[in-house]
Amino acid sequence: MSITRREFLKSNIAAVTATTVGIPVSQVVNAAEAEQDWQWDKSVCRFCGTGCGIMVATKNGRIVATKGDPDAPVNKGLNCIKGYFLGKIQYGKDRLTKPLMRMTDGQFDKKGNFQVVSWERAFDEMEKQFRKAYGEKGPHGVSIFGSGQYTIQEGYAAAKLMKAGFRSNNIDPNARHCMASAVVGFIQTFGIDEPAGNYDDIEYTDTAVLWGANMAEMHPILWARASDRKLSHDKMKIVNLTTYSNMCSDISDVEIIFKPNTDLAIQNYIAREIIKRDAVDHDFVKKHCVFATGPYDIGYGMRGTDKFAYAAEKDTQAKERKVTLDAAEAIAQRRKPGEVVKQGNTKKPVKHWMIGFEDFKKGVEPYTLDFVAELAKGDPDESLASFKKKLKQLADLYIEKDRKVVSFWTMGFNQHQRGSWVNEQCYANHLLLGKQSKPGDGAFSLTGQPSACGTAREVGTFAHRLPADMVVMNPKHRARSEKLWKLPAKTLNPKVGSHYTKLMRDLEDGKVKWAWIQVCNPFQNTANANHWITAAREMDNFIVCSEAYPGISAKVADLILPVAMIYEKWGMYGNAERRTQAWREQVAPPGDARTDVWTLLEFSKRFKLKDVWGEKKIPGLKSKGFKEGKLPDVLADAGKMGYSPEDSLYKVLFENDFTKQYKWPDAIAKGHANSTVEDLGVDWFVEKGLFEEYAQFGRGHQHDLAQFDVYYDDKVRGLKWPVIDGKETQWRFNERWDPYCKAGSGFDFYGPALKALPSGDLDGVKNKNKTKLAGKAKIFFRPYAAPVEQPDTNYDMWMTTGRVLEHWHSGTMTRRVEELHRAVPAAQIFMNPDDADKRGLARNDLAWVESRRGKIKARIETQGRNRMPKGTIFVPWFDEGVFINKVTLDATCPMSKETDFKKCAVKVYKV
Amino acid sequence: MTTNRKSRREFLLKTLQGSALTATGALGWFYLIQQQAQASPHAVRPPGAESREEFYARCIKCGQCVQACPFDTLDLAEAGSYVPVGTPYFVPRQTPCYLCPDIPCQEACPTGAISETLEKIEDSRMGLAVIDIENCLSWQGLRCEICYRECPLKDTAISVEHQPRRLSKHAMLVPLVHSDACTGCGICEKVCPTQQAAIRIVPPELVQGEIGEHYRLGWKSETSITQDFKSSTDQSAKDSENPALDYLNQDNEL
Amino acid sequence: MNESDLKPKLGRDGEPMVGTNGRPMHELLDPPQLRGKITVWRFVILRRITQIGILLLFFGTAHWGWSLAGEPLLSGNLSGSEFAGLIPMADPFAVLQIVLTRAIPDTEVLIGAALILALYGLIAGRVFCVWVCPVNLVTDLAGWLRRRLHIKDLLHLPRTTRYLVLVAALLLSAITAVAAFEWISPIGMLHRELIYGIGLGWIAVLGIFILDLFVIRHGWCGHLCPLGAFYSIIGRRTARLVVAFDTASCTHCGECATVCPEPQVLNLKKLEQTGWVTPGECSACGRCVGSCPEASLEFHWSLGRRDGLEPKFTQFSPEIISQRRSP
Repeated sequence: MSITRREFLKSNIAAVTATTVGIPVSQVVNAAEAEQDWQWDKSVCRFCGTGCGIMVATKNGRIVATKGDPDAPVNKGLNCIKGYFLGKIQYGKDRLTKPLMRMTDGQFDKKGNFQVVSWERAFDEMEKQFRKAYGEKGPHGVSIFGSGQYTIQEGYAAAKLMKAGFRSNNIDPNARHCMASAVVGFIQTFGIDEPAGNYDDIEYTDTAVLWGANMAEMHPILWARASDRKLSHDKMKIVNLTTYSNMCSDISDVEIIFKPNTDLAIQNYIAREIIKRDAVDHDFVKKHCVFATGPYDIGYGMRGTDKFAYAAEKDTQAKERKVTLDAAEAIAQRRKPGEVVKQGNTKKPVKHWMIGFEDFKKGVEPYTLDFVAELAKGDPDESLASFKKKLKQLADLYIEKDRKVVSFWTMGFNQHQRGSWVNEQCYANHLLLGKQSKPGDGAFSLTGQPSACGTAREVGTFAHRLPADMVVMNPKHRARSEKLWKLPAKTLNPKVGSHYTKLMRDLEDGKVKWAWIQVCNPFQNTANANHWITAAREMDNFIVCSEAYPGISAKVADLILPVAMIYEKWGMYGNAERRTQAWREQVAPPGDARTDVWTLLEFSKRFKLKDVWGEKKIPGLKSKGFKEGKLPDVLADAGKMGYSPEDSLYKVLFENDFTKQYKWPDAIAKGHANSTVEDLGVDWFVEKGLFEEYAQFGRGHQHDLAQFDVYYDDKVRGLKWPVIDGKETQWRFNERWDPYCKAGSGFDFYGPALKALPSGDLDGVKNKNKTKLAGKAKIFFRPYAAPVEQPDTNYDMWMTTGRVLEHWHSGTMTRRVEELHRAVPAAQIFMNPDDADKRGLARNDLAWVESRRGKIKARIETQGRNRMPKGTIFVPWFDEGVFINKVTLDATCPMSKETDFKKCAVKVYKV
Repeated sequence: MTTNRKSRREFLLKTLQGSALTATGALGWFYLIQQQAQASPHAVRPPGAESREEFYARCIKCGQCVQACPFDTLDLAEAGSYVPVGTPYFVPRQTPCYLCPDIPCQEACPTGAISETLEKIEDSRMGLAVIDIENCLSWQGLRCEICYRECPLKDTAISVEHQPRRLSKHAMLVPLVHSDACTGCGICEKVCPTQQAAIRIVPPELVQGEIGEHYRLGWKSETSITQDFKSSTDQSAKDSENPALDYLNQDNEL
Repeated sequence: MNESDLKPKLGRDGEPMVGTNGRPMHELLDPPQLRGKITVWRFVILRRITQIGILLLFFGTAHWGWSLAGEPLLSGNLSGSEFAGLIPMADPFAVLQIVLTRAIPDTEVLIGAALILALYGLIAGRVFCVWVCPVNLVTDLAGWLRRRLHIKDLLHLPRTTRYLVLVAALLLSAITAVAAFEWISPIGMLHRELIYGIGLGWIAVLGIFILDLFVIRHGWCGHLCPLGAFYSIIGRRTARLVVAFDTASCTHCGECATVCPEPQVLNLKKLEQTGWVTPGECSACGRCVGSCPEASLEFHWSLGRRDGLEPKFTQFSPEIISQRRSP
């Protein structure tokens, strides 16, 4: 027992956060009596994508209690332990309640300390710095880090301000880190985003296959439903495919531990089996599907340059340009081992073409059981025979006639260097089997965040998106948006902005000089964080962070804006099953904290049309009808539409004739206040106006939302879009349930995107003439590709990261709840006991985890909730004291640009 | 002569009085010890602490275990607390035992009160976790199970059983403690998120029953019919004792 | 320096007082210089330094991580401790009680107890009481106040009571199967709570303070404490540290007996016979040494057999005497 160990352990246990709160229920003697004047209202949970209904009780302007909403179909009164503490998240002691700016001697100073400033002063500096960056670099010199936790109205206001106002597509949500691969999968396969099915699939299915989804911890309430199905339905089987043993394995019939990235090979093995056993639903495939593929040499989404790379990073980064195929990859891609493949399609990774069934068959042919089992077996202690048996079981379950199968996935698929591919492969197998878009049959992407679907995707707060699945590259989509937004033609910028990780790289490159962080924590949640923190703190730029608590991003920022939390504002979220849910403002924001919508609208007041609608430079812009690198001056056209160059963006974008028709006060408020309205000093219902304006995009375009008021009806607990004639849609693309399907089609994959393709074979396009594919889904062949960084003699272990049930994301909220902090105070290194032994480490020892990019130290856990196979460690990312994103690799799926947080090579050694 | 006798008598009396005083004190003293030793069955002891009697006998109250504990888990009982004065104990809700593999408290103990026979920390029995299922969130159907996930002996000491919930199609994942593996480290009590912990560490003897020695649970103990039966000559009942006869021959009224 | 420098002690009648052996008594002169004062008070100062120093070593190890060669410097407390992760020490009385409970303690603690037993056995048993035990700080304070306030004993208790308490402790240990004294020991409580945090142990200490201040002079240490009794027994035959007595200069003034917490050890007859204070109950506090106006008492180490110590050997050199007497 040395003193040093003792001190280390103590300091580590005492951890970083833990500022505590309580719901100060006045000394309750008689509970019923005390509760008499509580006011209850319906709401929704702040945390994951499950979207549990919550009832919130308030008294004297404070939340006094919450409960799971017994009428909510998702959770029927239940909550997970995070939801249980919802009432406490707003009351942390270190809540930010005043704008704070880095200052020296009364002036902004990037190296200064934070000091309290007024909102006026904060906006003055923000505007000044914005004008500087905007003037110097153009619309793409500024950016917003958005969120899948935005309310619909927040996301809509932010997207509209950026895209229609500032003409910048540099807005991208943290949902990029979370759902982008699923989006690409959906769009490429179905031509429209988001799942076909809904949570009721759980109660209809016979099989749940989890592909990199630790539902037991990450979607706790859905897991309770899956568990119930397992208990009540004899036929029910659960398969857990994962890279380490987690809580889902508790009731799984089959647990398959596979090597990172080999899920691609397993999917192809299943496809091969389907074909080999002649289990293809030929009728379904012929009527509703086509086959397709794309290029393999698409890189890994890393920087193409090593200009900023640390010395140790260069070898990994070089693979962005060329890759030497290993034996397995060569077989999988029908090439020779050792062949050096130049990554020629990094710029156009999404291109694809139609192929024939025979091509597809040829593509999956190498994926025999022997080949895949040898390649994919992830636990060195498991026998090959046992692993083969499990793979066969998996294929059997998919193929078994009359067995319904739902495949679930979350970050295991999405945060993947080939995330879009593996999403598509999953659909491919469901489509081949005809097990898609039917109750209990389908591939179901589970969303991570509460409104990744409702806001980030549906509203379109991505760098390439517009509302209702439209994209900025498409002139028709821009035209429709310009019409709805009453903008002159060519106001919208056709050049895709920078995705979330690229925004970070742009900061390092000096391309982006002004950034506004909203409802997210990018400096903690982005991989390879050392680079971005240095860029933000050391370079000439201005970073604004809207925050409720002082997290890492707030600390990195130059200006902090204190903002309202969930129940301090009006809002709506859309969950993973397309269910849109709404809540009212329950309590006022504390101190000078304001709603995010207010900050956006207030900021927009500072700009006039002449500031933003003149000619603007967009480096790299090349689009039909646009001068290269330029956005045209649209002020003349604006004049024709009745706008004056002196009109403020606020008047044009937000307080316009459309939105102003929704008056405040409104009967649906039932007496609840509206801080946004009060702080703006207006008489229109901001959130309602924004919602109704936004809803126009989707109505009649496969994304129909109900009227704003409907969501506030006491009887309604959210509705699954498309909502047509007041009815929600249970299963999309299935004529029985989905009114958008053509009559008599049976199934209709009507999604409009990417529905005309050239054709060719596995190796490339042979016929450039495009075939129209209306109503059809695509079955993609995608090969196995090896992970870009793999353990070697120096960095000898796999490292994967993720969440724990008890904490939400970067922990800024849940770590303010004393009980949750006490439960899981610090991130640990989950490690196989033999691996620990080999390194002279024991449980509770402090160890370093080091990659080519950075290192962190944490305590070793060899038992606990996750059981690691030899060679792999897991370190959760909620703990800013164990800043694991300093270690992770910023390789992304080249198609979706979603970072692969799930695999990189590290070494672990004793402190 | 008289004075001599008188002084001798005085001396004897003095001695008697002194002894009586000491005896009175000793009786109070005896009472105090018994009281202390009996009144504190709730104290949770360091890992490897032998049976309560053995531990009380051996502990010299030196606090070397307290100092060896890297997590500041252990404390010596102050006078007036619910634990016998000076003995080491811990309050799991404040700081549980984190189960150091090298058991530093055991190494520090000079008397063997923290037994040297404990070789693996997982074999320690500091207490037993007991769940208050009326207030356990998981037993109400909420997805908590923090105790389960944080248990260092997850799946052996605490497991989760999936049970149907009558109110909806959500299974309840209810934690169950297994006394054969629970070390009583108290991490579960520490991490329990309810206002008052719904899982607590208590000395096993306070809560644990014992089924009769004469009975085996049929589905738990595997046996087969013995092939080579050995007849026994053991006559445990003495011939002289014959309660049946005694009863029959009792001449009380029928 | 000569006899005339001494200030004769005057009786109430103003006449110089003469001791029973016919020698003129002198006043104890309070030396004016700091050095002289330190000479007079040196044992009290040294005792406080060791008492507080030892406590500090324990405290510093527990709270400030004091260490030696990577090991905790002095972990534990007076009941049982370890120095630098190497040398075990234990309270032999506590260990004896544990043995009587019939729980055989580990070798480590037996070695520790043997070491301590040997240490005090060879110095002088009750050196522990006044040089180490923290309760002595409390009882000395009570004694000092008592003298100031001229409080008389409320009742008389034979000093042998402590031996009965000792026997009771051992008997009770055997009967109750716990180390009986350790479960109520105010010494343990005070010491532990100073190191590990304050509980209600101060009440027991307050009890001792009140007992010593108002009820019986030296009530706890001199009459009741079984640990003191234990140490009285172990040092009796083997102690190497004794207070030597110079018959030639003693005036029988009785100053030493006034300050001595165990005055029965200063039996003049016996002193003159043996030339030293009988070890055992003498705690070697050095109070008599500091307060003798004639410098007739002095600490003495004897490495050989004490039986061979001749009275003449204890004659002080004129230098010592003159130094002692100089104002």
